[in-house]
Amino acid sequence: MENWSLVSVCVLLGLTTRWAVSFSSYSGAGKPPMFGDYEAQRHWQEVTYNLPVQEWYFNTTDNDLGYWGLDYPPLTAYHSLLCGHVAKLINPAWVELRTSRGFESAAHKLFMRTTVLFADILIYFPAVILYCIYLSDGSSKRKVATALCILLYPGLILIDYGHFQYNSVSLALTLWGIVGLGLGWNLLGALAFSLALNYKQMELYHSLPFFCFLLGKCIKQGLMGRGLLLLVKISLTVLVTFALCWWPFLSDPQLILQVLHRLFPVDRGLFEDKVANTWCSLNVLIKIKTLLSRDTQLLLSFALTLLSILPSSIKLLTKPTLWQFKLALVNSSLAFFLFSFQVHEKSILLPLLSVLSYSMLPLLLKDGLLLPYTVTSLAFLYLGVYLLSALDRSPEEELRLGSCALHLVFLQFTVSLVAMAGLSFTSVVLEPPARLPDLFPVLVSVFSFLHFLAMLLYFNLVQLTEPSSKKSQKKTN
Amino acid sequence: MAAPMIAEWSWFVALAFGVSFIKCLLLNAYHSTDFEVHRNWLAVTHSLPVSQWYYESTSEWTLDYPPFFAWFEYGLSHVAKYFDKEMLVVQNLNYASPATVLFQRLSVIFTDLVFIYAVKECCKCCREDKGKDLLGKSSFILATLLLWNFGLLIVDHIHFQYNGFLFGVLLLSVARHFQKRHLEGALLFAVLLNLKHIYLYVAPAYGIFLLRCFCFTQNNADGSLQWRSFSPLRLVALGLIVLSTFAVSFGPFIVKGQLQQVISRLFPFKRGLCHAYWAPNIWALYNIADKALSILGVKLKLLDMSKFSKASMTGGLVQEFQHSVLPSVSPLITLICTLLSILPAVFSIWRRPNGARGFLRCMVICALGSFLFGWHVHEKAILMAILPLSLLAVESKEDARTFLILSTTGHFSLFPLLFTAQELPIKILLMLLFTIFSFSSLTKLFSKSGPLLNSVEVAYLLGLVPLELICEFVYPLTSWQHTLPFIPLLLTSVYCALGVLYSFIRLYLSVLTAPSTTGKAKSQ
Repeated sequence: MENWSLVSVCVLLGLTTRWAVSFSSYSGAGKPPMFGDYEAQRHWQEVTYNLPVQEWYFNTTDNDLGYWGLDYPPLTAYHSLLCGHVAKLINPAWVELRTSRGFESAAHKLFMRTTVLFADILIYFPAVILYCIYLSDGSSKRKVATALCILLYPGLILIDYGHFQYNSVSLALTLWGIVGLGLGWNLLGALAFSLALNYKQMELYHSLPFFCFLLGKCIKQGLMGRGLLLLVKISLTVLVTFALCWWPFLSDPQLILQVLHRLFPVDRGLFEDKVANTWCSLNVLIKIKTLLSRDTQLLLSFALTLLSILPSSIKLLTKPTLWQFKLALVNSSLAFFLFSFQVHEKSILLPLLSVLSYSMLPLLLKDGLLLPYTVTSLAFLYLGVYLLSALDRSPEEELRLGSCALHLVFLQFTVSLVAMAGLSFTSVVLEPPARLPDLFPVLVSVFSFLHFLAMLLYFNLVQLTEPSSKKSQKKTN
Repeated sequence: MAAPMIAEWSWFVALAFGVSFIKCLLLNAYHSTDFEVHRNWLAVTHSLPVSQWYYESTSEWTLDYPPFFAWFEYGLSHVAKYFDKEMLVVQNLNYASPATVLFQRLSVIFTDLVFIYAVKECCKCCREDKGKDLLGKSSFILATLLLWNFGLLIVDHIHFQYNGFLFGVLLLSVARHFQKRHLEGALLFAVLLNLKHIYLYVAPAYGIFLLRCFCFTQNNADGSLQWRSFSPLRLVALGLIVLSTFAVSFGPFIVKGQLQQVISRLFPFKRGLCHAYWAPNIWALYNIADKALSILGVKLKLLDMSKFSKASMTGGLVQEFQHSVLPSVSPLITLICTLLSILPAVFSIWRRPNGARGFLRCMVICALGSFLFGWHVHEKAILMAILPLSLLAVESKEDARTFLILSTTGHFSLFPLLFTAQELPIKILLMLLFTIFSFSSLTKLFSKSGPLLNSVEVAYLLGLVPLELICEFVYPLTSWQHTLPFIPLLLTSVYCALGVLYSFIRLYLSVLTAPSTTGKAKSQ
């Protein structure tokens, strides 16, 4: 079969899976008074459409921040505005101020799901295809297989099309950034990543690798010549992008502060819900949430996060290659996830595959998404195992990120499959003992946390011990 | 470099698993009244004694499949009771609790195992070159064309039916004939007829083939019939198999004197020439011609409009009606037309059988002939031609060409079955998936001998895109949507009927002009 038809088939499979999952229920369906993330997105459309920009992030009579107040950067708000305009064209009742709260209908669900699909087709799929064609290794068949694996990654599908979110937009923009940087289009990469940051502040997880990679490239080109010019150009691009995104808020520092306050809710404590990171797991043994003051918690998490990404960042700075960049991205996001403040389980949405899917189990169960979760996870696992074992592999390629991560995951899967199955089964079927009502979600979190920690250590090891010369490196520029 | 680690059939398992996952994801999709039909049959067979099965009419969806299918539903009902006992109550009309939906959907997915097994058997019969990479192997292409067939996916797993299971039995029977296990093949077909009698469409092919190639054990040197090689033993064996199958199936009802009732349920001829959504067959074209002529006649003041019956032909109900200008068509006429259409093909394999492949070709022609000329044909019946044709398509360039035209138009004609907005992306995506795959894999397979389709055919198939855009996107926004709501269906049927008819003619030509396999003794 021709390559283009193989790619088309992969794209179509990815789209079909996504749309089929969208048949299922969404977050907070039929659950007043707060409903869920679906209602949050709809509410943002209502707020951005009806209110002036200056009021979006403020608590006013028309905008009750307690009811799903905006807590993403302005680009999300603009996206919601766009969707709000379309919604108004189709059915004004969907975005009526106040009266549309909790609006649910089959047509509305169709509309919302379509907006996600549209964003996916427009931004995410091209990014993935480009990434696989240009930045992944191996034969064309292997590239197609990689594309298929990424497109079928259940975690993203389930969160975006089941639970309901727009993670694919920010991930796609980051991916465009990676593609840009990998292909030497530094300005495009910087632009794309800045946009990603302005879409979801979660992308800060990736910011240090981007920063170090670009800075490293500049240094390599000589800080007194072309490197400096490049640095200036990149900085300008980033600054202009941020300025454009924050334009309506630049008039008043109070506005900026309020937005920042919404984006980084330090009042909410070290963590909420059950999430597979250090603090939540540590809390099982030592109740640090209550033991330490809020400021100490902030300082502690900040320090530990910084410490854990420092080695990786410095290495990238000194050796700005694509391979290092990829590893640094993994390490940085893992480190942030494990140690930073107020992390949500959705923050782990990165191509780190099946362990992620597993740790989101409690969340998905809440949304009635168990069936799609099982099906897509099994499919993904099976497909991944099959594809990888079927394609030729050289020992050198084994270290490549894609196969590496997958390899690790499969290894751990064969070992812990029974444990995972057991925990899944018990959390669905059995009732937890009365004294420990959160036993199963906590067990799931802790289990996943240990895996993530192991991964952090492993990938840091891989990145830091890379020899200085590797014959199959992509060119650095 | 490490040797390829593809185990012999692991790709097949991957394909089967993959499509099964997609099927599982479609659990919550729209389902048609056929869902209620089968739920009703579960209830009827479970709650009532056998003597009542074909008399029960609480629900409008009475049992109209042969007894084996009723026993199949009976078997399913014993599993159903663990999911939701309420679905087995006959009075619970339109009962569709989540557990019911789950059970019914899973039962279709599960019984598809028969289909998967049959596909595997068919793949084993493929003739192919060694040393090709996986995606170019004809067995891989065939497996994908069958397992991921668009028509089966949307009819079985969205619309809701058990065609996978039934076609599995059919394809298994075909595979057995390829493997020269004719008695098994005959048995399987006899069982199939007692599961769903629509397969009578292809019974002539079976009958003539078995008679010619099984009962007559040898051919003359030039391939013609050797009358003296007739084997009464084989005929008796065949007869025994068929008769005993029917006896087991209909026996209980004959004993109870219910045969007439059963037959009237199985063949409800009151239902009208065309189904609510016109199948793309000859009668669709006939109806169009009739309507066009009548409008023309009224405009030219040649005819009096008051004489016409008011019944709208595509009102969605199944009624009998009369044609206005052209002569009316009765069931008998359709039967005669059907028989006339398949006679040359059947005669051809009698004179010059080409073994199992000739039989398969004849079977497809019989299916298509019955589809084109039959009474009250449902457009789902096009699958009876498409699926067996897949086996021929991976082996011959001409058949591949016909297959591409038939499958694309046939699948497109199934679009009106899924009319909900939620399912629109799914049907388009799956259709694109299947079409792109079939075109590119078959083109690659026969790439050595030039392009597969000529420009007229390509233009015709590309015309499906604007047709879809008009029917689903443009037309609903116009004012005619309310006054003439059936126009999109009409357009679809007529456009596809052309493609189906063209494929029929092409297949016929390939049968009539095929060289006979001389010198091969067809001894078993």
